[in-house]
Amino acid sequence: MRPYTFAAARSVGEALEQARDGSAYLAGGTTLVDLMKLEVISPAHVVDITAVPLRGIRAGAKGLSIGAMERMADVAGHDLVAGPYPMLAEALRQSASPQIRNMATIGGNLLQRTRCGYFRDPATPCNKRSPGSGCSAVDGHNRSHAVLGTSDACVATHPSDLAVALIALDARLSLRGAGGERSLRLADFYRLPGSTPHQENELRPGELITGVAVPALPWARRSTYVKVRDRQSYDFALCSAAVAVNVRGGVIGEARVAAGGVGTRPWRLPAVEQALKGKPMRLETFQAAVEHAADGSRLLSRNAFKPALLRRTIVRALVHLAG
Amino acid sequence: MEEQSRDDEVSRRGFLLTSAAAAGLTAIAEHPRPAVAATAAGAAGAAVVEVALKVNGKARTLSLDPRVTLLDALRERLDLTGTKKGCDRGQCGACTVHVDGRRVLSCLTLAAGVSGKAVITIEGLADGDRLHPVQRAFVECDGLQCGFCTPGQVMSAVALIEEGYAGSEAEIREHMSGNICRCGAYQQIVQAVRMAKEGA
Ligand SMILES: Cc1cc2nc3c(=O)[nH]c(=O)nc-3n(C[C@H](O)[C@H](O)[C@H](O)COP(=O)(O)OP(=O)(O)OC[C@H]3O[C@@H](n4cnc5c(N)ncnc54)[C@H](O)[C@@H]3O)c2cc1C
Ligand code: FES
Ligand code: FES
Repeated sequence: MRPYTFAAARSVGEALEQARDGSAYLAGGTTLVDLMKLEVISPAHVVDITAVPLRGIRAGAKGLSIGAMERMADVAGHDLVAGPYPMLAEALRQSASPQIRNMATIGGNLLQRTRCGYFRDPATPCNKRSPGSGCSAVDGHNRSHAVLGTSDACVATHPSDLAVALIALDARLSLRGAGGERSLRLADFYRLPGSTPHQENELRPGELITGVAVPALPWARRSTYVKVRDRQSYDFALCSAAVAVNVRGGVIGEARVAAGGVGTRPWRLPAVEQALKGKPMRLETFQAAVEHAADGSRLLSRNAFKPALLRRTIVRALVHLAG
Repeated sequence: MEEQSRDDEVSRRGFLLTSAAAAGLTAIAEHPRPAVAATAAGAAGAAVVEVALKVNGKARTLSLDPRVTLLDALRERLDLTGTKKGCDRGQCGACTVHVDGRRVLSCLTLAAGVSGKAVITIEGLADGDRLHPVQRAFVECDGLQCGFCTPGQVMSAVALIEEGYAGSEAEIREHMSGNICRCGAYQQIVQAVRMAKEGA
């Protein structure tokens, strides 16, 4: 680890004051400390925000709001989350391990970095870590990498399960920086890699995520998160699907579908949602709706299984919701 | 040929050390325990932080390089070597301890970040010579082979029973999944958790 200076902030104001060129906020530390040890990130100044009171899980007429410093475990187990938004609770419960969920925060989760082995290994070229050095994954170990939204410069997936569920729910981020407050759709927050994969999102230097807002969606009670991985637990998604359906009299009125493990950012699938609309809630509908889910995929040497896996993961989620 | 590569190695090391020294980083050239070494050598640029902790009920104060993890502070500074360093990357659970009553990974926790908190390690579970019921159950069920993962398993199991997740075998397996056992003693570990839970 490279040397840094350390300061603890007790309020949003103190945190913003402490932020400077080359500084990093410390929340649960489960991404930051890991990547500092690997010297993938080497901040000169670390600002501990664990005592900043960005807390609270609240529900109102407009929906659900979650403070950025709420821990994954506490959000997953909360009645206001698990009942009205099962896909959120399930995505969190299937993330990482109990110990990590006790540490990691909602804000930090959305800013976690890719698990691409080349990104994590400073001895290898990686455009995301070291712009212009090349992408080792394009012709390397790329079994877990993305097929959607990739570029010649980068094929890394975004690893957050929570973000997939939040994108399906049209969630918004609340941000606070030196220039004041703003709010952004999570879907507009993440960037495609293009030729600048090191610029992953719209967060400005020193800006804090203060919270997440999930719009009210009463029919999200019928939702689920299906995660497919190499191990039964404690592993990242090879593919995942967050799905909600509004079914009346056996017919799908509306649907929400987003996928993880396949895209360079959490991937909403509006065409699949559209194809489900107005159709009977049964297997034939599901299979027809997902037919084009992976259209536009760019396959790599070791991940050609992903389009089929994506289609089947969405179908499995729909079958579960039909059950 | 061999001679040649050894020369290269020497000069590469030499270069690394020189450039590290130029950046004031001499002491951290020794991976993987850079932070503690850096404090001892007083690396330039790295401020020292005062950390006050309650460890197993005892108040402790440490002056630390802010890079020191809770795991290294426990093992290297407080001589509490029961907590194990497996992967040092959050992937194995060997370093599990309780901070303010919650199980966490001490390898991804900065000591400076938990100042003022209460830490319980494997050394703090037993009541004198009387083992904690979970420790007794691990002995009883042979819940270990080499024993390296055991302190982490036990700390996790104690927390899991308190969290109320020891209902069924499937539930225990899922909620113990943050603790890897390379010897594969899982069957006996699950048994031990069940036994401890029934006694609890
Ligand atoms: C072994 C392992 C397995 C994992 N498995 C999964 C998994 O299956 N699914 C999954 O989704 N995740 C998984 N994770 C990732 C984990 O969920 C993230 O590391 C965690 O959510 C990050 O949150 P944190 O609070 O610890 O963030 P930190 O590490 O503290 O911060 C992460 C980044 O966000 C910045 N930051 C943090 N909070 C804020 C804020 N409020 N405003 C602005 N910037 C901020 C930090 O500066 C840093 O750059 C795994 C991690 C590990 C180590
Ligand atoms: S040593 Fe901490 S998780 Fe492996
Ligand atoms: S007993 Fe050897 S690693 Fe678990």
